[in-house]
This record gives sequence, C-alpha cells and structure tokens, in this order.
Amino acid sequence: MAKPVSDQESEKARWEQETLKPFLAKNGERCERFITVSDEEIERLATSEDIRDVDYERDLGDPGEYPFTRGVYPNMYRGRLWTMRQFAGFGGPEETNQRFKYLIEHGQTGLSTAFDMPTLMGLDSDAELSLGEVGVEGVAIDTMHDFEILFDGIPLDQVSTSFTINPSAPVIYAMYIAMADQQGVPRSMIRGTIQNDMLKEFIAQKEWVVPPRPSVDLIADIFEYGIKETPKFNLISISGYHIREAGSTAVQELAFTLADGMAYVEAGMQRGLDIDDFAPQLSFFFNSHNSLFEEIAKFRAARRIWARVMRERYGAKNPRSWMLKFHTQTAGCSLTEQQPLNNIIRVTIQAMAAVLGGTQSLHTNSYDEALALPTEDAARIALRTQQIIAFESGAADTVDPLAGSYFIENLTSRVEEQTMDYINRIDKMGDGSILEGVLRGIEDGFFQREIAQAAYLYQQQVERGDQIIVGVNKYAMRDGMRPNLLRIDPDVEKRQLKRLKKTKSERDNPKAKACLDALREAIEAKENSMPYIVEAVKAYASVGEIMSVCREVYGAYREPAMI
Amino acid sequence: MKKIRILMAKAGLDGHDRGVKVVARALRDAGLEVIYSGLHNTPEQIVRAALQEDVDVIGVSILSGAHMTLLPKIRELMAKNGMDDVILMGGGIIPDEDKSNLEKLGVKGLFGPGASTQEIVEFIKSEVGKQPQRV
Repeated sequence: MAKPVSDQESEKARWEQETLKPFLAKNGERCERFITVSDEEIERLATSEDIRDVDYERDLGDPGEYPFTRGVYPNMYRGRLWTMRQFAGFGGPEETNQRFKYLIEHGQTGLSTAFDMPTLMGLDSDAELSLGEVGVEGVAIDTMHDFEILFDGIPLDQVSTSFTINPSAPVIYAMYIAMADQQGVPRSMIRGTIQNDMLKEFIAQKEWVVPPRPSVDLIADIFEYGIKETPKFNLISISGYHIREAGSTAVQELAFTLADGMAYVEAGMQRGLDIDDFAPQLSFFFNSHNSLFEEIAKFRAARRIWARVMRERYGAKNPRSWMLKFHTQTAGCSLTEQQPLNNIIRVTIQAMAAVLGGTQSLHTNSYDEALALPTEDAARIALRTQQIIAFESGAADTVDPLAGSYFIENLTSRVEEQTMDYINRIDKMGDGSILEGVLRGIEDGFFQREIAQAAYLYQQQVERGDQIIVGVNKYAMRDGMRPNLLRIDPDVEKRQLKRLKKTKSERDNPKAKACLDALREAIEAKENSMPYIVEAVKAYASVGEIMSVCREVYGAYREPAMI
Repeated sequence: MKKIRILMAKAGLDGHDRGVKVVARALRDAGLEVIYSGLHNTPEQIVRAALQEDVDVIGVSILSGAHMTLLPKIRELMAKNGMDDVILMGGGIIPDEDKSNLEKLGVKGLFGPGASTQEIVEFIKSEVGKQPQRV
C-alpha cells in the first residue's frame, strides 16, 4: 500500500518508492554508477524538483541579454550560422599559401593557420631542437620573407586570419601588421585572431620561451598596442581546449580557462587599460567531448559565469564586455586509432553539443587524426559533418532548444557551482587576485597535478571497463581498416634551411642587429615591446632571433619534471 | 629480484605529456622504478640520462611526427655507448609503416593510442626477463 504524500517535495520520493523500487527489484540496471567522461555521476531522473532554484530572469535571461545563458545573439543561427573554420597548415609557406588560395577560391574567407613546432616554440628551423620537426605539424616560418610567401596574392583587407600561436605570438602578430603595411592595407582594417594565451601553455599545452610572469607582460603589451592599432583583431583566444586534451574534466577545463581569462582582465587593468576598451576583443576556445549533455551544460554555464564576473567583479559596463564568445573544436583525445571510421560518429555528437551550446565557430576533427595529419578526403568529411548539422538536423533553426529541460538546467547549475568552487580556490591562492592565484598555481604545479590526476583516473576507468570506448575496450576487432595517411615532403626542411640562410646573408645585417638591440633596450626599460618587434620583423630579423632577445632579458623557462 | 628501472622521456619540442605521465604512473604502481625526464630533450640528453641512471629500459614519447628522426638517432647513440642490453621503446602517434621500419632498427615495443597500461607493463616485464642478467 502506498504511503501518504505529506508535501510536494516528496513527489520524486513517492515515485521512487511506489513505481521504481518494485521495478528495480525485478530488473536491475546496467551498472551501479552512470558517469560522464569527466566522472560526473548522472542521476536516473531529473524532475521539476531539481530546478527549483533556477530563476529564469536571473539565471537564464532571454537570448542576447544578460547573463547570456541562452546565447549571445537574439536569434542565434537563424541569422548567420556559426563560422566553419577548419585549421590547416603543413610543409613550407608555399604549400600553405596554395591551400589558402584553394580555400578562398571555394568561398572561404576565414583562414586558420597551423605552425610547426619550431615556430611555435620561438626557434628557427636551424636550431638543434628543430631537428625532424620543420614543417611537420604545420607551416614553418622563420622570417618575414616566409610570411611574404605565405600571403602572396592574398589581400589582407578581404580575409580574416586566425593564428594558433602562443610564445611567438608577438612576432607573428607583428609580421601580419608588417604584411598589411606592405600591401597598403590600413592596420585598422585587418581582421583575425592570435591565440596568445600563455597561461594555458604553462598549465597544459607546454609551449613556452620565457617564464610565466614576463609572458603575461608581453600579452599586456599586445593588448595595449592592439586596441589602438588593430581594433578589429582579436588579441587573445583564451583556451580550454588544450587543458581538456591534457586530461582534465569538463569542470576543470571551464574553471581553469575562465580563471585564465580573469587573470588577463586583471593584467590589462593593471596596465591602466579601461576594461571596456579591451574586453570586447577577448575571445574563448573550448573543447567538445563525448558526453553530449555535460558539454552543452558547460557552454551554457561558461556564458553565465563570464557575464557575472565581468559585470559584478570587474565592473564592466559595456554589454559586449559581458558576452563570452567562443570557438569550439571537437575532442582530438576522444578519437581512436582502432576502427577509425567510428570517429566520424564521435565528431558528429561533439559538434552537435557545440551547436546546441551556442558556439560562434567550429572546427570538426578528421577521423584519421589518431593516426596522422588529416588527408583531404578526411578533412572534407569533417566539414560535411558541420554542414549536415547546419542544414539537415534542424538544430540551427531555433535558439537554445534545450533550455528548460530539468536535466540540462540542473546540470548547467551543477557545472557552474563546481566551476565557481575552483575559481574561489584560485582566488584564495592569490589572496584576492586571480592573476596571482593562477601564477602561483602554475609555480606549485597545482593545475598540472589536478589534470594529471583526472587523466590517470580516466585511464583506469577505461581499463576497468567503467568507461566504454567502442572498438577499443568493447567490440574490438583484430585487424581494423587502415586508411591512407598524409605524408610530409622531406624536402621542406632542406628548402626552409636554404631560404633562412639566404635571407640572413642578403638582409641589411647592421639594421637587423640595431632593431634587435633596440628591442632589448625597450624590454629592459619596460617599454611596450610591440613597436620594436614590428620594426625588427621588417628588417627580416627571425622568429628565433627576436625570441632570443626576450629569453636573454627574462630568462628561459623550464618546467620542473613531475609525474 | 632487482626492480626494473625505466627512463620515461619526452624528445624534441613536443609538449604532449598526458600519455607519458599516465604510463609513468601506471609503471610506478606496477612496481617499476620510473625516472621522468621532463619535456624538450635532445637525443643526446636522453641517452646521457639513461647512462647516468643505469636504466634497463628507455621509453620515449613522441606525438609531433618527429619519431622517424629522433628514435633512430637515439638508437644510434645507444649503440655508440655500448648500451646493447638496454631496451628502447616508443609511444605516440606512429603509423604502421614507420612502426615496422623502427622495429627493424631495434626499437622493441611501439604503443599507440588506445594501448592499455597493463599491456605495456606486461611487455616490459617479459622483455627485460629475456635480457641476460646484468652485473
């Protein structure tokens, strides 16, 4: 006989007692704990009781209005679809220039550049550590001469270019400005993005030249210079992508990324900049993994938290400063080498999460990326995946379709709460300054440990079968299909070394040296480094030479090795 | 029995250290003595560290595509230093064709994405067991 219901709170309890319990007694469930890839336990059923604390006006708001949980634009994708921005770059500047022209011919106006490891680490192609890495993971750039080849025949007033570059971001940004000057395009017209997010490098991606604090100083130089010189250019892309790839949970990805964002806001304000002058030029970059609903909740929570901290903590007044706009890439770490075609389905689910979560642009990974850089066929299927979601699924036809779902709203609140716990912890570590808290966390290895711990836990769950990966620990096959792979021409390295040697011998060497000396003096005198870097690239000083000056003044960074 | 000593190393400019850290921890949990090099090492630095630490195994992690340059270089330096009894292993994104070429050069175990840490532990134990007892 059913027990009487005393108040409305126990409706769920009543259901559990009367309907669920006898059913479970007979049938059982697939496992004891149902978890996301981030080990977040998911409950059997969400009901109205789980969103009692959610207030529509306060916590959601209408789309295009504070706190932007439902999206940054009033009509979202009914106006303009997200930008389908596929990342490309390999070999020398000649090959990448050809790929850029091919993309432009086919109607793409947003270019996205991948660099090789030496360029990313501020080294020239002839450095000892560059051996075997020149042009392999992306395009090799040593001097302005390479940059002229990369953008040959591409008018900078007609494209927007994204550069995935961090420690050497000041040099690449300077080259883009020098390129605009050369083409006669006003600097105020150039559009694009530099990633320029060093804090996440120390936390996760591990590309660096100088230590964390001077790295932040160089970023503040770019803010100060860029808001005046290139107002249409995004000066930073604050990235959680690499934090997640390094093994973090969804909450850690969001918390550490937003903390980095807050740290940059504080660095800009310490430089004496008005928050509303630079905050609209900040953008974000997130990962999208397999747990569909957790990812959607993460994106919605991201907007809500950012709007609140920008308005309430930092006092930003311009609504554009409150809006969190972001790029998404599907999770490379989720792709399997085994049965690689299965990856197309994973990418589809992840891309769907990004769209349902309101992303501004999206890169979908190619199915062969656990094996090598993508072939043209694989890259095309990845792009088609986005087009099918855009035009066939209906997901882009209404704004924030999952709002109001008991499960999604509850999960969004949970992600927000756990993220704020981390942010408050970082705030305490910095005695009330997020910038200091993040720097201390990097020095102490706090972030690195939290991420490594999550990565190890996940691997153990996979090996115990608590996390199922189809084709790997379930439904495995002995001999899978092996797709054709992209191979990099070994001549690229030789060609690059030859050109670097030629440039260094043919340039006005006293002038190049004078520019590098002037840069050194400026950094020592704590002047803004950007005007000097622009002059140095115009004198054909190399990426390695310019970054060496920074290294000489600030010292080199080496991470303490810890497991 | 003497504990197996292994140097886990990151070679070249590649900063992807998720895999190397997970494997290092699993090996330590399985009772091996693990030395981790940290990031950004040249082949010379790796071989020097392996000599100094007197390891049984060197495990090199490379996800940047430079494996066909760096692993043969390490193998060459090992031969030059008379390290015939040290096993060289690799992990990362390494295409099948490269795997067989590296195996021909004497790289013993190459593990890609999706390999389980248990598999790696068992492989090391069995390979070290095959080596003549070191004095």
